[in-house]
Amino acid sequence: MNAFGFLKSDKRLLRAEPDFRPMARLLQVNWLYVLLVCLLAGVGYIALYSAGGGSAKPFAGPQMVRFGFGLVMMIAVALVSPRILRLVSVPIYLFSIALLGLVLRMGHVGKGAERWINLAGMQFQPSEFAKIGLVLMLATWFHRIGNERMGNPLRLVIPAILTLLPVVLVLKEPNLGTATIIGVIGATLFFAAGMRLWQIVILVAPIPFLGKFIYGHLHDYQKARIDTFLHPEHDPLGAGYNIIQSKIALGSGGMWGEGYLHGSQGQLNFLPEKQTDFIFTMIGEEWGFAGGIAVIGLLIVLTLGATLIAMRSRNQFGRLLGLGIAMDFFLYCAVNLSMVMGAIPVGGVPLPLISYGGSAMLTMMFGFGLLMSAWVHRNERDPGFEDEDD
Amino acid sequence: MRSGRGVFTRRALMVMAVQAGVLGALGRRLYNIQTVEGDHLRQLAERNRTSKRLLAPARGTIHDRFGTALADNKVSWRALLMPEETTDIAAVIERFSQIVPLDEHDHARIERDLKHVHKYVPVTLHEFLSWDDMARIELNAPSLPGVLVDVGSTRLYPFQELTAHIVGYVAPPNEDDVAKDTTLSLPGMRVGRAGIEQTQESVLRGDPGSVEMEVNALGRVIGEIDRVEGQQGEDVRLTLDVGLQGKVLEYLGDRVASSVVMDCQNGEVLAMVSTPSFDPSLFDSGVSHAQWNEWANDPRTPLVDKAVSGLYPPGSTFKPAVALGALKAGAVTAQDRFNCPGYFDMGGVRFHCWNRWGHGMVNMRDALKYSCDVYFYEVARRCGMDPIQTVGNSMGLGVKLDIELPHVRSGVIPTPEWRQQHGFHWNGGDTVNAGIGQGFVQVTPLALATYVSRIASGRNVQPHLIRATNDQISSLASLDAAPALDIPQEHMGVVRAGMFAVVNEPHGSAPKARLDLPDVQMAGKTGSAQVRRVSRALRESGHFNSMNLPWEYRPHALFICFAPYDDPRYAVSVVVEHGNAGADEAAPLAKQIMTETLVRDPSNQSRPPGQTVAQKEPDQG
Repeated sequence: MNAFGFLKSDKRLLRAEPDFRPMARLLQVNWLYVLLVCLLAGVGYIALYSAGGGSAKPFAGPQMVRFGFGLVMMIAVALVSPRILRLVSVPIYLFSIALLGLVLRMGHVGKGAERWINLAGMQFQPSEFAKIGLVLMLATWFHRIGNERMGNPLRLVIPAILTLLPVVLVLKEPNLGTATIIGVIGATLFFAAGMRLWQIVILVAPIPFLGKFIYGHLHDYQKARIDTFLHPEHDPLGAGYNIIQSKIALGSGGMWGEGYLHGSQGQLNFLPEKQTDFIFTMIGEEWGFAGGIAVIGLLIVLTLGATLIAMRSRNQFGRLLGLGIAMDFFLYCAVNLSMVMGAIPVGGVPLPLISYGGSAMLTMMFGFGLLMSAWVHRNERDPGFEDEDD
Repeated sequence: MRSGRGVFTRRALMVMAVQAGVLGALGRRLYNIQTVEGDHLRQLAERNRTSKRLLAPARGTIHDRFGTALADNKVSWRALLMPEETTDIAAVIERFSQIVPLDEHDHARIERDLKHVHKYVPVTLHEFLSWDDMARIELNAPSLPGVLVDVGSTRLYPFQELTAHIVGYVAPPNEDDVAKDTTLSLPGMRVGRAGIEQTQESVLRGDPGSVEMEVNALGRVIGEIDRVEGQQGEDVRLTLDVGLQGKVLEYLGDRVASSVVMDCQNGEVLAMVSTPSFDPSLFDSGVSHAQWNEWANDPRTPLVDKAVSGLYPPGSTFKPAVALGALKAGAVTAQDRFNCPGYFDMGGVRFHCWNRWGHGMVNMRDALKYSCDVYFYEVARRCGMDPIQTVGNSMGLGVKLDIELPHVRSGVIPTPEWRQQHGFHWNGGDTVNAGIGQGFVQVTPLALATYVSRIASGRNVQPHLIRATNDQISSLASLDAAPALDIPQEHMGVVRAGMFAVVNEPHGSAPKARLDLPDVQMAGKTGSAQVRRVSRALRESGHFNSMNLPWEYRPHALFICFAPYDDPRYAVSVVVEHGNAGADEAAPLAKQIMTETLVRDPSNQSRPPGQTVAQKEPDQG
């Protein structure tokens, strides 16, 4: 069954000409990966049920409805041909940039930062969407120039500008965490697209100085976050409160946890934002290390699975698209977990598909749809660039 | 030719390694937090989860000897406002103040509290609500969202001024108290500040209980985990008879005076009055500056318990002690007679007898009966101060008495050594003056009562106020608990006979003290203590009359007595400040008090009417 065969090399299927009938493409969807995505969303449902005090209201129920929408969207996007995706990538990218500009002008202020925008009555975070737009844009761009022309630095100037534009706009919101994630996704795509080593060295060398410069321009609350991260005990009831409470809750979970719906810190509201950014703390407290590591295991499988899917594509667009989505998912997870465990300063980065929140869930599912499209259309070859190595 | 897919695969594998490495490292960190640091963090979590609160113990009550409450706990109500349960706090307070008037001070306090406490901590709107206020608040509850009535406890002193000096009062603890015992920081805790409330603090206070509660991050109580009931303070039963106490106060009236009634066989204090007094309940909620200044500046010293803190020269009431000291030292015998011409010369100084015509030849019994000064000048001169001090101390004068009250003063029986310690030379005249209880001699009314008790019973009785703690009767309550004094019975007999004569014989110095009861006699001794030296010129002018002096220069009037004479049971001391003459002012009061005491004696009350006690002939020894 090819549905479960993304780790195996099925020569017969690989050589087959792509079938463009919708039903045939539906069968091509990697249903094992879809199952894993559903599993993660299921974990999210159970955790949000507990965060709601043992009730589907107010978090778990609405979240599942959104996941249902997201799942349909994911499958629908999976069936869209890469050719169409490449066509719409430029408008989508420009639209996402326009939204970022809009949010700066009239954004909804939440937690000291302008991040949210009201779109048809729905709270929407354009920076999430901008990641997808950038991935599409860069994948299209690098697909067009091909690997051979990556050696010409002039060819990289435009994609660099395309990457820096959303980074700067998100940084201005200001949202340091998401800006960093966008930047790292862009850099990874540059790297994977075949950027030459000497170019990488030239780019990486000035980063420390850049870092210093950026720190100088950070907002006070961002500096405060870095300072509290370094010394959380200095401000146990202020900005350090979240980190300390999060670690206390995790620690009280121990190896096997305090039991589902019985986490004292989470249930007694000692945990801040337990249904959004700190949902993993709640899981760790109630299910212990055993449950926490199982969730991390699932995240690893989904991350590596997405990267493997990217590797299996026979065209540059599909590969870069898949890797971009894989990196997006991975960075969400890594930043959120690091934040929850006090390894990096706190920033508003949710845990994908588990944290409560509509726009993060829908953009992630849209991304998974793109990933699945890359899988479904993995056998389309780059025109003029025949692969000989398989 | 470079293969795009080949480069991608290699680099994607590197990316995968990073992804797996980062997530793996996070898993490892999770392991550290949850298991390695787990124990430490779990303790922090426990602290997060529970909040221990102390429960104020009920303070022990104080009763008189028959069980009448002298200090009790009264349930009181106060109105609280839960800020989080109302949306418009200002409007609620406004409506509340229309029901229960709040003054500016209240408004300022409420405003301050609202600013400083969290929304879930109640703010006191009004303490000590009356029943009517409560009813009005309950009636208007719908228009007062967030207002609730809370039950507290206040200390109640049903007899107010009557027992204020003995029972004392409680007041909110100050910072020093809280530093010593943090449980005092509990709301509603009070500390005894005077009297029995102060000295029996450790007995009355009790131990606080505690309740451990589950709280959430906002501090709101979710549930109760554990409850340890505190130990209520122990109840104290006094030897006092509050009925008698009331009578004594009634007799003393508006005089500035003090009187102690004691059981002379076991030292139980039945009544101890000091006038004027004060209202102890004012201290519970805090005394105003104006009230405090009024008390502090009053020359009649209402806050001072004169019975234990008031020092007075004993005057002639000291003569029995001088007599006993001289007999014990062998300086004189009871039969020795001295001539009283009305004056006594020593070292070129003339000391007068109160009777300027003199008493002629008097022995000890007659000298006591007439209260002859010259006789005791001579006795004091012969025996010196040391035997007088020794015997006086053993009688309870000039020593610290171990009664359960604060600020007990010991008084003094002066000796040349004592005088020298204070940097002065002792003159022979000082001894002579001390012989009639003037000069440097100082005693308290309680010491006088103890002294006359010991004369009456011959026992070393210890004055005390506590009869029982938590229904455990004190060992002192027994009638034969006190050991006999080291004074020969015949010496005591002479003194008692002299004191009998004072009251009951013709020409005794206190005929007004003679009891009207059919078959009971009282023995007593008068005293008039000068507070200012009478100038020789004034005395010799023949126009001296202390009644013409301003009040604060008049002599104190004293009287000590015991009864029944043939089977002593009660001793009474009376001191009337600036009452002029003991025989005229103090003796009639003592008679009234002793009569009341005898009438109230349970054995007399149970006696069938008409039957009389066989009367013994008074010992004339």
